[in-house]
Amino acid sequence: MNETTGGIAMDDESEGTIKKFMYINRKAPYGTVYALEALEVVLIAAAFDQDVSMVFCDDGVYQIVKGQHTKFIDVKNFSPTYRALEGYDVEKLYVSKESMDERGLAEDDLLVDVEIVDNAKMADLMEDQDVVLSF
Amino acid sequence: MKIGLLINEGPYQHQATDTAYLFAKAALAKGHEIDRIFFYHDGVNNSSSLTEPPQDDRNIVERWSKMAEEHNVDLVVCVAAALRRGIKDENLAAGFRISGLGQLIEAGIQADRLVTFGD
Repeated sequence: MNETTGGIAMDDESEGTIKKFMYINRKAPYGTVYALEALEVVLIAAAFDQDVSMVFCDDGVYQIVKGQHTKFIDVKNFSPTYRALEGYDVEKLYVSKESMDERGLAEDDLLVDVEIVDNAKMADLMEDQDVVLSF
Repeated sequence: MKIGLLINEGPYQHQATDTAYLFAKAALAKGHEIDRIFFYHDGVNNSSSLTEPPQDDRNIVERWSKMAEEHNVDLVVCVAAALRRGIKDENLAAGFRISGLGQLIEAGIQADRLVTFGD
């Protein structure tokens, strides 16, 4: 199995095709496994040279909040991994303004550079995608 | 149309897997091609051959195996998600195969539509 491409040999059909992939993160980082496993998808997907963007909305905004401490729930704090996304050429990170406001969060509370957009703009971004994966 | 499916929830616990099955069945009946179905998160539990539902209930795992056999659908289970949940080759139902997340991305690239079923 090819580790970097998650088990596939790049064949002629997928090589050269660039689609717009958007990964939507809607859930809190702990409590369920969705956030962690969604991040694993994004990291693998980076090997495919697609046009990738990520969205954080609803409780998903908590995934990129600074100062996460998980020792007492005996779960790994995987939030530093979001800082590594830039190194994987995943640079388009969009955060819902409404979700931030509802939770009393500001841009300074986040551990990565993001673009904060309102839900109308978010809808336009989603409209523009080829593949939308929601976690 | 070439359609790919992503299933993110386990059988019996959540309706997502039933809805996905009925969607796939209807799409095939209309002449669409189901290119690949990728099982992720608790969705990997759809592939356990150890599943034994009561006699009067639907058999979700067997239903997928039958669809794979009759329509040549590629049923792919994420290896990392599977190992976390105790799914291995030795308890993998017929028609399923275990592979990496790259299979999901490839489905997104090759299919005309990738449809997610989850919570």
